[in-house]
Amino acid sequence: MKQLLSGNEAIALGAYHAGVRVAAAYPGTPSTEIMESLARFDDIYTEWSTNEKVAMEVALGASYAGVRAMASMKHVGLNVASDPFMAAATTGVDGGLVIVECDDPGEHSSQGEQDNRHYARMAKVPMLEPTDSQEAYELMGRAFRISEEFDTPVLVRSTTRLSHCKTVVNVDKERPVETKKPRFKASPAKYVMVPSNARVRRIAMEERIIKLRQYVNDFPLNEMILKDRKIGIISSGVGYQYAREVFKDASHLKLVTIYPFPDRLIREFAEKVDRVLVIEELDPFIEEEVQRLGIPVTGKAFIPIIGELNPEIVENSAIEAGLLPQKKKVVTVPKAPATSLPPRPPLLCAGCPHMAAEYSFRKLGLAERDDAEEQNEEKFDKNRIIVTSDIGCYTLGVYAPLFALDTTACMGASIGQALGLEKAGIKDKIIAVIGDSTFFHSGITALIDVVYNQGTSTVIIMDNGTTAMTGHQGHPGTGISASQTQVTKVDLESLVRGIGIDDISVVSAFDLKEINTAVKNSVQIGKPSVVIIRGACPTHIRIKGIPYRVDNEKCTGCHMCLRLGCPALRVTGDTVVIDTESCTGCGVCAQVCPVKCIQELSE
Amino acid sequence: MNSENILIVGVGGQGVILASDTVAEIGMNNGYDVKKSDSIGMAQRGGSVVSHVRWGEHVFSPIIKLGEVDYLVGFEKLEAARWSHYLQPEGTAIIADVEIPPASLLSMNMSYPVHEELVATITARTENVHLIPAMDICREAGNPRALNMVMIGALSVFLDLEESAWSGDIRGRLRAGFIESSLKAFSLGAENVRKKMH
Repeated sequence: MKQLLSGNEAIALGAYHAGVRVAAAYPGTPSTEIMESLARFDDIYTEWSTNEKVAMEVALGASYAGVRAMASMKHVGLNVASDPFMAAATTGVDGGLVIVECDDPGEHSSQGEQDNRHYARMAKVPMLEPTDSQEAYELMGRAFRISEEFDTPVLVRSTTRLSHCKTVVNVDKERPVETKKPRFKASPAKYVMVPSNARVRRIAMEERIIKLRQYVNDFPLNEMILKDRKIGIISSGVGYQYAREVFKDASHLKLVTIYPFPDRLIREFAEKVDRVLVIEELDPFIEEEVQRLGIPVTGKAFIPIIGELNPEIVENSAIEAGLLPQKKKVVTVPKAPATSLPPRPPLLCAGCPHMAAEYSFRKLGLAERDDAEEQNEEKFDKNRIIVTSDIGCYTLGVYAPLFALDTTACMGASIGQALGLEKAGIKDKIIAVIGDSTFFHSGITALIDVVYNQGTSTVIIMDNGTTAMTGHQGHPGTGISASQTQVTKVDLESLVRGIGIDDISVVSAFDLKEINTAVKNSVQIGKPSVVIIRGACPTHIRIKGIPYRVDNEKCTGCHMCLRLGCPALRVTGDTVVIDTESCTGCGVCAQVCPVKCIQELSE
Repeated sequence: MNSENILIVGVGGQGVILASDTVAEIGMNNGYDVKKSDSIGMAQRGGSVVSHVRWGEHVFSPIIKLGEVDYLVGFEKLEAARWSHYLQPEGTAIIADVEIPPASLLSMNMSYPVHEELVATITARTENVHLIPAMDICREAGNPRALNMVMIGALSVFLDLEESAWSGDIRGRLRAGFIESSLKAFSLGAENVRKKMH
């Protein structure tokens, strides 16, 4: 049956049809939909793990039980999971273990760009990369078989474009009838990595990769397309599609086995063509492997090393390098519209529970910021507040008009950074801002560190009751599992108290006065404190209150309310109007208005 | 057949993705190789949304090359203008006469471009511009959220596919209460284009 599937949907369906029994993940763009698709099957175990490290460990444990298991995550998630991942590479597996990781060239939704193909080389585990959804679907079964045959975890790499692009898949497989019962075969020499055992496994890793080097030469999805022999292009992933699109008449080698490298196949291809090019996104990973074989090759000399590729970039780079003829009608090359059109940057949603809090941080932190125009506003103390922040929707508070944040590094970093600033001798007040899901992910250990090492930071937990940015997945604090069942809810206040924080305040995310008071008090007490700012994400619960309206008679046009950045507020002439369709009735703008001209819309 | 490239653009929340899913699926059911690629960016709502749909005998790149869009379907005028340079010179622009000012206009000290300027930007690229009074049509259909149906209805006039294929797919995609009004919005969108072409 033909289906139009995204790469992520195809990966999930492929894994399901390959008999996966346990799957674990932490949401992260562009990988999230893999678990969302798997969680719809009720005959397998699926979970949103607390973080990627736990997901990897759950999958590894399941593999030790002899069943097929997988973990999926975004590229930086593999950084979090790298410790158990390296351990898995050492112990090997029992049931097939596949780790799907999705890179984000161009940083569509990430804090950084990194090429995770290097992980395969570092861990000495095989890596496969599909070029479309059909291949993603087929690859999963093969990945599990390789894992079992070679006693190794297998990495499957995707990228944002592959994960989110929909292509036609011929769904021709069915989930096998389960015959294998889970059983744990104790084998301390394999599973207990004390140095004496690890040294033996280390040898097994080398032997394994030598065998795999032979195996990949005949991997059926690596494909040679021989046409004009003047140019032969080696490519992988979505880069293969661009290569075929732009170099229509050239010869191509599609590489699905990224690591180890199919030396024999590459030599064979190189002998058949006059000149070898490599088209790949990010680092010259394939290019360097070709160079290692002593084959002259051109890759990053004409293809950019930074960002996502697309057909224009590949074509223009090739023309510039003289690999393709100049376009005949240069004049018709279209340019972006000459008029400067206003951009439409990402924003917090109308009724977002982060808005009042970030507005408050901004105002409380004003004194030392160089915004002269705002010096008349309420000031707090002589010192500024430094806001270390984290990964989530609230990170959008860095943009206009909120300008609320000073740092964002990676998941969970805000709390440790705040402590570091303090211990370095910074005398300003410091607050660490972290979301509920991110706090569970990797904020807890840092908060313990603050308590243990006598820090005085204030940690603000922005509790919107969901993992909002990736599309409202459950987390330990929500009591909702990946398969949408009710499960035990980890109580945030008890957890924080248990860590040793005495000073906890819980305030409404929609009450500006409460937030201001709680933050002011907390930064002054001189010991670690936590403020939980709680308010549901309106796009998650879809509850709408009575919309607000602006009394045009009273509005002075000061535009104070617009500093919230609420997309429901618009300027018309001299005054502001509120779009009743999108207003959720949170009322924060009414609290900001100095002349009290914003009121609930009366019937 | 030659391949066809359709670029659907709009603002988050307007239903661009559902529209492009529908178009792509119908292409697949018609026997084409189809690829569809969305760029949604970081925002859940309110940001620019761009969806590429390509079909033909065999499609390689999931992204349409600059200057090779056959049909630009704009759910919002500013977004349509922003992507108009993707059109090929003989391409067709089907644009909803809808303005959604970006919420960040004020903080960037910019204003929403005037109607004539946006239309001129698009007509600079192609003469085949169809402006659709999409909100009026939605109201007539009795479904204020059916803009995406109006627009794919308008697009359907140019594509060589059975009308029954569209209604079948739309029925399968929507909740029962919205089906009839959505189908009406679809036909009214198609009718609006047909009337002007005759």
